[in-house]
Amino acid sequence: MAVADRPVAGGRPPHAGVLAPYRVLDLTDRDGWLCGRILGDLGADVVKIEPPGGDPGRQQGPFFRDPDPEQNLAWFAYNANKRGITLALETVRGQELLRGLARRADFLIESFPPGHLDARGLGYRALHNINPGLVFTSITPFGQSGPYAHHRGSDLIAMAMSGLMALVGAPGRPPLRVSLPQAAMWTGMHAAAGSLIAHHYRRVTGRGQHVDVATRDSLLWALANAPAYWSLLRQDLHRGGSSIVGRSTTGARMRAIYRCQDGHINFIFYGGEAGRRSNEAMVRWMAECGEAPDWLARMDWGTFNIAVSTQEEIDRLEEPFVAFLAKRTKAEFARESVKRSILGYPVASARDIRDDPQLAARGFWQSVDHPELDATVTYPGPFAKFSAARCGITRRAPRIGEHNAEVYGAELGLSRHDLDALGREKIL
Amino acid sequence: MGVFPAGVGHRMSREPSALPAHPQALSGIKIVEFAVFAAGPMVGKHMGEHGATVVRVESRSHPDGFRVHYPPYKDNIPGLNRTGSFALFNNNKLGITLNLKHPEGVALGRRLAAWADVLIDNFVPGVMERNGLGYEAVREINPSIVYLSSCNMGQTGPKSSQRGFGSQLTSQSGFTYLAGEPHGEPMLLFGPYIDFIAVGFGLIAVMAALDHRRRTGSGQHIDLSQYETGLQFVAPALLEYEAAGRVMTRQGNRSPHAAPHGAYPCRGEDRWCVIAVCSEEEWRALCRAAGHPEWGDDPRFATLAARKAHEDELDALIGGWTRQFGRHEVMERLQAVGVGAGIVSLLSDLFADPQLAHRRVWQELPHPELEKFHYEAPPFILSETPAELSRSPLLGEHNDRVYGEMLGLARAEIERLIEDGVIE
Repeated sequence: MAVADRPVAGGRPPHAGVLAPYRVLDLTDRDGWLCGRILGDLGADVVKIEPPGGDPGRQQGPFFRDPDPEQNLAWFAYNANKRGITLALETVRGQELLRGLARRADFLIESFPPGHLDARGLGYRALHNINPGLVFTSITPFGQSGPYAHHRGSDLIAMAMSGLMALVGAPGRPPLRVSLPQAAMWTGMHAAAGSLIAHHYRRVTGRGQHVDVATRDSLLWALANAPAYWSLLRQDLHRGGSSIVGRSTTGARMRAIYRCQDGHINFIFYGGEAGRRSNEAMVRWMAECGEAPDWLARMDWGTFNIAVSTQEEIDRLEEPFVAFLAKRTKAEFARESVKRSILGYPVASARDIRDDPQLAARGFWQSVDHPELDATVTYPGPFAKFSAARCGITRRAPRIGEHNAEVYGAELGLSRHDLDALGREKIL
Repeated sequence: MGVFPAGVGHRMSREPSALPAHPQALSGIKIVEFAVFAAGPMVGKHMGEHGATVVRVESRSHPDGFRVHYPPYKDNIPGLNRTGSFALFNNNKLGITLNLKHPEGVALGRRLAAWADVLIDNFVPGVMERNGLGYEAVREINPSIVYLSSCNMGQTGPKSSQRGFGSQLTSQSGFTYLAGEPHGEPMLLFGPYIDFIAVGFGLIAVMAALDHRRRTGSGQHIDLSQYETGLQFVAPALLEYEAAGRVMTRQGNRSPHAAPHGAYPCRGEDRWCVIAVCSEEEWRALCRAAGHPEWGDDPRFATLAARKAHEDELDALIGGWTRQFGRHEVMERLQAVGVGAGIVSLLSDLFADPQLAHRRVWQELPHPELEKFHYEAPPFILSETPAELSRSPLLGEHNDRVYGEMLGLARAEIERLIEDGVIE
């Protein structure tokens, strides 16, 4: 059983979860796992429903130790805080059982193709008739309807069709996605947000809604202000590799990634008052190390205006910084940037993040017991701290069918005998 | 074709003064934003477009950086009301100006905090406290306030006062390290990627806290570290390091579980499609669609393991085929036979995308200084209460409405406050 989160400062006992009274039925595959995890972090009672034999997403690594569906690290990460049951939704009996569970659920989240649950009498309209207050959240690659609704999706396709890939990668080289799949992350997060907005309306009016979440659309906000370039100027932006585009009206590129001894550092000349202080502090550090040329040490950052600087001006300015940062380490830059108020961060790997003193000081890491692995594993903690409620990991991700007896027994009054029969018929 | 959910048809835009045509999800919720850039204001934007009343507090003497320093500008000419970034992140809000350096300004700020259900702050820790508007001070006048503090590193810890921008924090949070070709340089994602993760989690936290308050009467101080929200999206890499000591690295567009999987060149300059083949059936279908069923029998490509072992040759083979066609043609041909494929969209493609048009993601609205601007609807559509977008405010546009109608100040008082520089 997982270790509960730490008590809040001052030794007060832990609060109840923010969303403690609510029940979530989570029918998602990998495309939607994060949504239920978020609601679980907030204290909701999330029941993950997998096909008998387990979610196919458990098959794709990385794994804890062995390539075993019960050791899948993404499963662990995004299905913590959920109980787990199995159910064959292809069978009539399975469909009846789901309807039984849906009767008393507050949220249902699913990521089947559009129409899949409708065809089985389990879609929004069917379940809304049973439970008019149900918030029913559907996650699909492109949405429930429209010309692309039946396109196959994937992380790569969503990243490409959202416009983000066109902005990542070196000029002249192929556009790139992030190697750790991101589309399902943005989708799970937005699905939780949309579900909670619908939840508010349901609390006020008693009426549930269908929340239609598109994975591709969920990535659009990763483009930040890029769409404004097209709206105002009909301008397309292009990838700049490790330089930033879009800060200058001359089209000049500014380096943002510098090599250092043990990797890379993200440092940029900013404009405005914040930039001036940071640039001056950086030059001071370089000067202390004897690595600031005279012209740089004398430079007036107050009059430096990125928005009108030419490429030649930028390139010349960057040279001494390239030379200086090449000799520093990531940890050194992390320390000095805080001490000297320089804007920038190391390009951190998992190791750098794990070693970050800020996260340790915040109590960010949580220990979660995995007795079935004879291990205690350190997990990243929750996305926010609440002063008067608990948010965090309270149980590890479920094993396949781990809570069948508990959930079907308590919810639907099924006996051990009933469960055994359903197991033999492959309904569970 | 199926039934269109009601929400898609009803999603509409409206003039700022028009009443909403339908009930809205968050009607009656009152938000005051003491926030700048994106991480704070976008939370208010999403709530405003679902019916909340959102007051964006600004300073004329120290305006939001997105009104000043950041292109794009209308006609490439800067101006406080001419920036696309401010518009994009601030639809559906009332805009007021307030000088918090003036003691009477603080008093007005406190009145707004007392009026609000939710206060959004994304300044460096300490700024709101120094302005007399920290959580404890606000709680005294509004005990059940839901107070979201969103900043880089969180309210506590040795780096809590470290200033930083989202475009760089994205690197501290592990994303930049994971983008790029294997053995190549790390690649920037675009802009402040992590800020928009913080937006989503900030919105979630506020909505959850409002529910908690409704049930218990208790307010909440939400301490949100943008860094920690970003880490939610890289959790498998953190667990892999934890469990196995392996540091996940960048792999270009490749996937350990699929091949072909990547971006392939199409006809035209710098035009690409993506193909993601996730099963043997898809691979066979792709080979047939390409007119080369024999590829499927080639021992180098007959199984996933074989394709992974010969992936450079595979990618050259696929690229040789895709090169002959336009991006959309590759996508349509392959999707028609059940193979995952898409185009690498440019911005111009997004605005021509028929699926985004179907979902009414881009809503072009008139604006006094931008003429018109494409505001952006959220990626979730609620069937009965979808977002309804109205344009972003001009600087100080709603001073009269907020100070006069909402806070009840007399006209003469407002004029006096303007003269004294309290309302800038």
